[in-house]
Order: sequence, then structure tokens, then C-alpha cells
Amino acid sequence: MKIIVIDDEPLARLVVLEYIQSHQGLEVVAECNDGFQGVKAIIQHKPDLIFLDIQMPKINGFEMLELVDVMPAVIFTTAFDEYAIKAFESNAIDYLLKPFSKERFDLAIEKYKTKSVNGSLAEKNVQSLLETAAKQPDDKNRIVVKNGSDIRIVPVQDVMYIEAYDDYVKLFTKDTYYLKKKTMSYYEQVLDSSKFFRTHRSYIINLQELTKIEPLEKNTYIAILKNGKKIPLSRTGYTKLKETLGV
Amino acid sequence: MYLAWWMFWSFTQTFVLHRLGLSWQVALIDGIISNALLGFFCFVSIAIFYYYQPGNNNRGYRFIFALGLAIFYTIMLRFVLNYVITTGEDYPSFLLNSMPVRFIVSLLVLSFVTLLNWMWNLLKDQKEQEQRRNNAEQLVKDAELARLRQQLQPHFLFNSLNSISALAGSKPNEARKMIQQLSDFLRGTLKKDDQQSVELHEELEHLKLYLEIEKVRFGHRLEINVNFEEETLPMHIPPLLLQPIVENAIKFGLYDTIDEITISISSYIKDGLLHVQVKNPFDHETQSANRGTGFGLSSIKRRLFLLYARNDLMITEKKENQFITTLRIPQIK
Repeated sequence: MKIIVIDDEPLARLVVLEYIQSHQGLEVVAECNDGFQGVKAIIQHKPDLIFLDIQMPKINGFEMLELVDVMPAVIFTTAFDEYAIKAFESNAIDYLLKPFSKERFDLAIEKYKTKSVNGSLAEKNVQSLLETAAKQPDDKNRIVVKNGSDIRIVPVQDVMYIEAYDDYVKLFTKDTYYLKKKTMSYYEQVLDSSKFFRTHRSYIINLQELTKIEPLEKNTYIAILKNGKKIPLSRTGYTKLKETLGV
Repeated sequence: MYLAWWMFWSFTQTFVLHRLGLSWQVALIDGIISNALLGFFCFVSIAIFYYYQPGNNNRGYRFIFALGLAIFYTIMLRFVLNYVITTGEDYPSFLLNSMPVRFIVSLLVLSFVTLLNWMWNLLKDQKEQEQRRNNAEQLVKDAELARLRQQLQPHFLFNSLNSISALAGSKPNEARKMIQQLSDFLRGTLKKDDQQSVELHEELEHLKLYLEIEKVRFGHRLEINVNFEEETLPMHIPPLLLQPIVENAIKFGLYDTIDEITISISSYIKDGLLHVQVKNPFDHETQSANRGTGFGLSSIKRRLFLLYARNDLMITEKKENQFITTLRIPQIK
């Protein structure tokens, strides 16, 4: 079974490596200092299980997981993070509070083994965990995106509009767009509703980019952004938008 | 003072009575007795109000009280004077005629005394209230200062313990050393808690313990330059002020970039103020994601304000890729 340990403190990784030694059949294929290395290592090695710290340089553990397409099982390790712990508890995800004992570590491995027999329950849990985590205060003023192997941190105010695209969404910035495997309702929930507005089943716009609303036909309207892009407005969207803008 | 005042009134009355046709002797006795009696009644009134203060909502009682005393005084005066002064045939009728005037004068005096007494009590109450309020404010301030000082980051503590746990397996000697450093650091945090100010070199010792621990955790990425000018070392600084700033700098430096970072800490004197400057690198790109100036820095600002009543003692600036925090500490002689 392949394992990757991702933590920015070498000594914290050392504990995990040491505890793992007594488990037959577990092999650590990579150690990573940060989320960037983590994403690459996960793509490269396709591990069965990762140990993941939350607070890491540049992008945190949750943001890293958003960039992963094939989700491995995750055991979180953290020293102290109230919000993260709440998120773990509400999603039945196993986590280890540093410093943790060998016994507690063994228990986590046991749990993982029994769960992995039951199929991909873990993946679903991790997805809902990420949604809970993203809703925590002071988060979501940035979105971490991946373009090939290039990882970017996009401040939310740089996002002009979001368009649905099959199982993905396209986040449009001034120069380009990024694909993210998320739903429209996810972004509708996590983005600040005073700054972003869902105009249509398939569109969310940054209200700062909006310049005018034009009638298209009888009873239908479109929103026009500063760069000239025309965004469809649903009928309910139109009424709500007028309310939001106070006109 | 009071005696002179009393004598002045007695002799004035004597003089007035003499002008009204009484002999000097009779006028003097009359003046002394009536003023002595009036003085006694004033004293009684003050004594009573000393033990019993009617509430503010029944101020009328005070006047009724003064009126009662004045009536009582006038009646007593009449009998005493009639009894004491036996010379002069027309004195009793004079006394009877002058009673209304004496009554009005006594009423005025007693009302005035009551009023003064009331105002004096009001002032005293207000002073006491203010004192109480000041005490309460001081308590709140002390409590807030203590709380601001004690903001030890649990994140730091648990991660340090985790590092010790890692070292305990492979390098027990280093684990022991780190336990020692962590203990000394925590002890310092507790010990300094009740002090107003410490000398900079003491604070530097405390800071070094903290930096040693952080170097064990992040030694592979963390470089720290400490450059304190010699003459600043004996200067004074509120305790536990530097460590949160350095902690903030390390946190931002480490979590904002993935490269190796250098934190520079320096001290110097400028404009008669002790300056301590902390520099850490930061990244423009992820900067918007940063959580403002962080709770660490705003609590430092609050502490400085509570201690010095000034808002200009902490300056933060961004220069190229450096985030610079400068503290300016006034030296109180």
C-alpha cells in the first residue's frame, strides 16, 4: 500500500515515518514539504493513503485536496485548528491531533483498512469535508487553481464570472480561465453574496464587473460586463439582481 | 475662622440693637446669646444631616426641617433672653416686637446651612462615584493587558510538543534540550506577566528561547538575524511584546512562501525612542489571501495604546518583498 506524508515540518513527518515502520505492507513513496509538492507526488505515485497537515506554506491542506483529481484516502494531522476539527467531526473523517501516540496512530491505520474494504466512502467524505471547510470564515478570499502542472492562487476579486461546464466550472479572469471540478451551487454558497451574484443556472458574476443590464426581447434581459461580455439573466435572476442592486 | 465669623455677626447684631435704643450691655448679651444659640442650631442641623441623608427625591424635607428648627430656635431664644436679661423695663416688649425679624433671619441662616450641607454631600457623592468608576476602569484595563500578554499560541505549543515527540525516538538528548527550552520559555511567559517593563536584554533572552524552538521546527527553511545595538540593551520595554511580533513575522514568512526565509530583528535609538524592527519576506501574489495584519499585531497595537495612550507606536510597511514592523517605545524616566 502506497503512502505519502505531507507536512511542512520535517520532525512532524519523522513521527509518522517512525510509527509506520511497524506496519507490514505500508510503504512511504514520498515525503512533501508543501501542497505544491503534494499535488505533484499524488499525480505521480497515485497513493492509497496520505497523511496531510492543514497549515502549510502558500496553500493549506484543504486547498491542496481541491487540486487533486483522483482522491486518495486522507488522514489529517494537525496541532490546533478549531475550524478544521469541526469540519472533521461533522464529516466523520479521521484526524490525528499532534502530538499523537503510537496507539492512536495504529487505530487510525486500522480504521482506514476497514473503511477501504467498504469501498470509496472516504472520497465522498473528503468532498463534503472540503465544502464544509471552504465555508469557514476568512477562507474563500482566494481560489487555488491548477493549469496543467502550474498551480495558481487567484484572489476572488480577480474572478470576473463563473460559467458551468459539464462537471466542471470555468472561472474567468481578465486574461484566461481556469477549470475547477466544482458545482455552481458550491461557489454560490462559499463566495461572498454581496460581491458575487448568480444570474442564471449556469452563471455567477462578480458584481464589480457589471456595467449594465439590457433588455433582449420582451421580458428577457442580459447583463453586460465591463469587458463587453454578455451574460444571460434568468427571469428570477433579473428580479433578484434588481433587489440586490437596490434599483 | 468660624469663631471670627461668629463674633463678627454677634457684634454686628449688638451694634444694630444699640442703634435701636438698647444699652450696650443689654445689646451685647442679646447679640452673643442669640448668635450662640443660632450657631448651636446650625451645628445640630449639620450633625443630623451627617447621620441622615434624605434621598434626592425628597429635597423638600430639608426645607421643612430648616423651618422647624427656625421656629424652635425662635421660641427658645425668647425664653432664654427673657430669663437672662432683667434690666431695662421696655426690653420684653422690644423682644416681642423683634421676634418676626429674628425668626426670618434664623430661617435664612438655617436654610443656607442646609443647602450648603446638601451641596457638599452631593459633591462628596460624585467624587466617590468617580473614584469607583476610575477603579473599575483600571481593573478592566489591567485585565485586558494581562489577557493580551498571555496570548500564547496553542498552535506553537502543540507543534513544539510534536517536535519533541519526534526527537524523543531518534535523538533523546535533543528532545531533552528542547523540553528545557520550552519550559524556560513558558516560565518566562508566566514570570514576566506582572511586570510593567523589563530591560531589552531580558526580553532578548526570552526571544532567543523562542527562536531556538522555532529553529528546531523550521531549521531547514528559517534563518534569523538578530542585530541589537549595544546602547539599546539596558533600555526599557513592556514585557512579552517582541515575541508575538516575531511570531507573526515567522508565521507570515513561512506560510506565505515556500522558499528559505530570513527574519531580521534589529534595535536602535531614534528621536529618543527605543526602536525595534522586525522584517519578514512576503509574497505579493498571495498577499490578498493574508488575514489582514493578523490578530497578533492588532493586539500589540491595543497594548501599546493602553500603556502609553498613543496610537503611533507601531508602524507596519511593505517594501519590495519585505514586510516591516517597527515598534517605538517611549522611555519613562
